[in-house]
Amino acid sequence: MADEATIDPAEVTGEGVRRRDFINIAAVSFAGVGGLAVLYPLVSQMSASADVLAESSTEIDVSAIAPGQAIKAVFRKQPVFLRNLTKAEIAEAEKVDAGSLRDPQTLEERTKPGKTNWLITMGVCTHLGCVPLGAGEGEVKGEFGGYFCPCHGSVYDTAARIRKGPAPKNLEVPPYEFTSDTVVKIG
Amino acid sequence: MSFPWANEYKPSHPLMQWLDEKLPLPRFVYNAVGAGYPVPRNLNYMWNFGVLAGVCLMIQIVTGVILAMHYAANTGVAFDSVEHIMRDVNWGWMLRYAHANGASAFFVVVYIHIFRGFFYSSYKAPREMIWLLGVVIFLLMMATAFMGYVLPWGQMSFWGAKVITGLFGAIPLVGEPLQQWLLGGFSPDQAALNRFFSLHFLLPFVLAGVIILHIWALHIPGSSNPTGVEVKQESDTVPFHPYYTAKDGFGLGVFLILYCAVLFFAPNALGHPDNYIAANPLSTPAHIVPEWYFWPFYAILRAFTSDFFFIPAKLMGVLAMFSAILVWFFLPWLDTSPVRSGHYRPLFRKFFYLLLVDVAVLGYCGGAPAAEPFVMISQIAAAYYFLHFLVILPLVSSIEKPQPLPYSITEAVLGTDEGAVLNANPAAA
Repeated sequence: MADEATIDPAEVTGEGVRRRDFINIAAVSFAGVGGLAVLYPLVSQMSASADVLAESSTEIDVSAIAPGQAIKAVFRKQPVFLRNLTKAEIAEAEKVDAGSLRDPQTLEERTKPGKTNWLITMGVCTHLGCVPLGAGEGEVKGEFGGYFCPCHGSVYDTAARIRKGPAPKNLEVPPYEFTSDTVVKIG
Repeated sequence: MSFPWANEYKPSHPLMQWLDEKLPLPRFVYNAVGAGYPVPRNLNYMWNFGVLAGVCLMIQIVTGVILAMHYAANTGVAFDSVEHIMRDVNWGWMLRYAHANGASAFFVVVYIHIFRGFFYSSYKAPREMIWLLGVVIFLLMMATAFMGYVLPWGQMSFWGAKVITGLFGAIPLVGEPLQQWLLGGFSPDQAALNRFFSLHFLLPFVLAGVIILHIWALHIPGSSNPTGVEVKQESDTVPFHPYYTAKDGFGLGVFLILYCAVLFFAPNALGHPDNYIAANPLSTPAHIVPEWYFWPFYAILRAFTSDFFFIPAKLMGVLAMFSAILVWFFLPWLDTSPVRSGHYRPLFRKFFYLLLVDVAVLGYCGGAPAAEPFVMISQIAAAYYFLHFLVILPLVSSIEKPQPLPYSITEAVLGTDEGAVLNANPAAA
């Protein structure tokens, strides 16, 4: 430190780079990298924990759902609608020109091959996350016969596609598969 | 830091002299809110609200820390623990109502404080930093209030948390992972409740820290005043104590009467009945609204119903809602008029009152169902809100002819100022 006041001019000339500059940069970089490394777990701890992720797969028996009926199940602590479409509802969904929709998708794209009657979607409005009506017995299904969100008036059709109101997307189709003819595994 | 004529702290008691040498805390208080802080002599009751906001924060911290002793941040028992506070804990009902209505009182006081700033242009140089810190304080307050409202884990708590964190989901690309990161899951649950509790406990102390900076920044130029004319001489000021401790004390009394009237006679008037139903992730209340103090911003959020310049309606609403507050950060540079006080700005004054009406209309629409005619009214009101700050304010500043200002605060108060007469004729002397 005593040298600070009497720095050799020769050392300062040129680029003005001193040995001490290197030590400063090295020390600050080391501390900076170390600080960032500590930051990572502090940020990462906020993400979904292992038990939350472990619960994110659900098996549901659909054998009791008659055509025209729907049930609400829970997947990732959020409602999921499992609906057995009637022939009329399928026909109505296929009648629509998908290209004209806000979020263009056909019923085939939203269901599994050969299981077009099983419409499985999240029961979470894509606007601000309310639970739409229409899956429960006697609930309002909206003017397109699918689902109706009472919060801000989004209306979904029989393929749970957005038709009217503020929601930007169709009701999300979660990843799922039929593990047998009557059991669906969601997630 | 202060004016040269400020009283100096002179402790007479040997103990206080000893303390002053070792840790001059009494000196600090004396200079901050005592006789050592000279304040313009003409402050009206609009200048009470800073102190009142400080009192509100103290009420919230005291009642909040006590409530935390009885509350459990666990989704299984959170709702029941709040009912336990209400029914079983001695005076629990009073403490909880004091805390819930204290939040409303805090926002009432702060909104008046902010609109005082709008009318008297308190944000103008040399007080920009006070204003900027004030906006930070307001944002922190909103975050704190939102998280606090989630804690009782009622229906409105749950769905409020869902909708507000859903706002982050509107951000392109990173929105959904960000939302899951904030919640620690796919929808509000144990992880979210617990971290909201932790942050709700922490943020008021952060708030207190920023308030200290706010007051520190205030004490450099000193308080503004209703004329907007800067302090020129000793006769323009009086010491904070006893003059404004007394005036603030009177205002505090009036405030406490009104606060207690709500607390004891209408404690649920500002709440939602739905929040006395335990959270149910499978059933949405028919009419979700936030607490009243968020209504104007909620109305702006919902005003966007169709896509706009390729930006989805949902994202646009979120951007507009945040911009509605962020625009305040630019206020010191949007209002370029050299005259501060609205008293001397006839055109500005009209638009100020129009803004007041506009925000009231937005507030009403934000609390109303999202149906016509409220959607269209909030669209018009939201458009006017931004028009006021971004177009009207700069325009008014450049075309307006302000009325003549008094020479000094003394002249404004007494009608004459000897200083003005003497200075007017320096050659004659």
